[in-house]
Amino acid sequence: MPKIIVEVMPKADLLDPQGKAVANALHRSGNKDVSAVRIGKRIELHFDREITDADIAAAQKIGEEFLSNAVIEDVVNVHVEN
Amino acid sequence: MKIGVVTFPGTLDDRDAARAVRIAGGEAVSLWHADADLKRVDAVVLPGGFSYGDYLRCGAIAAQAPVMKEIIKKANQGLPVLGICNGFQVLVESHLLPGGLIRNSDQHFICRDQGLRVENTSTAWTNQFELNQEITIPLKNGEGGYIATASELERLEGEGLVTFRYIGGNPNGSMNDIAGLRNERGNVVGLMPHPEHAVEAGFGPDTATAMRSGVDGLLFFKSVLHSLVNA
Repeated sequence: MPKIIVEVMPKADLLDPQGKAVANALHRSGNKDVSAVRIGKRIELHFDREITDADIAAAQKIGEEFLSNAVIEDVVNVHVEN
Repeated sequence: MKIGVVTFPGTLDDRDAARAVRIAGGEAVSLWHADADLKRVDAVVLPGGFSYGDYLRCGAIAAQAPVMKEIIKKANQGLPVLGICNGFQVLVESHLLPGGLIRNSDQHFICRDQGLRVENTSTAWTNQFELNQEITIPLKNGEGGYIATASELERLEGEGLVTFRYIGGNPNGSMNDIAGLRNERGNVVGLMPHPEHAVEAGFGPDTATAMRSGVDGLLFFKSVLHSLVNA
């Protein structure tokens, strides 16, 4: 099934409490070389037909206006997977 | 005066908000998220809770609800709107107020009586307070950390749009201790703490006088009734 993947990450200069908690747990379990963890979202938009350039443009817009909040997050990637 | 109280799937404090409206002397009207009809209300409260289970981002899906399309339109024409906690998050996600709300800096859900300073009384929801009045109302949230860009913060401070500031300690890492905001026009106000839980002696925060006697939240609802009567 063709799908558009939209990836959203918390802004780089923003504290990511989830990532910080996971990093702390990794350090406790011995993964000392992991210097930081950041957690974002991968959102899949599924289609029952071929994906067009217009769909990708629409997904970019949906990503920026609804799937992310520009104050706290960035859309870091929009791509097609078949 | 009719004050609408919106219920989204996952809203928790709609009954308390409606009760606060009635105790203040107004008529509470239930509004439903899927219904774009505002039933000719004179003002709207977006209550607290976890609309849509906080899916995607707190308030993000509620901001797309049919009732919100209508509220956004009317708010831009001057309809008084108060967003409490999740309602504040909905206002931010609806772009009726700027900035964003993120997880509390210590990552814990915080539930406590919270001191606030009322720093702007030129709004539909704060006109019955004294400027810089210190009040105590309950705070209960996990994602109450207010953030905005540096330039946005400067604008908010410069234009006096910060309406409530935390005192006695910043509970959640909010920038500039911001607990609540107003829009330029003063009809839209949002804050994380809960005025609707401090409207009736016996059920409010403790005060120096007596346990659970705090009713500082009542003035929010009296303010809007006052502004509507004098409109």
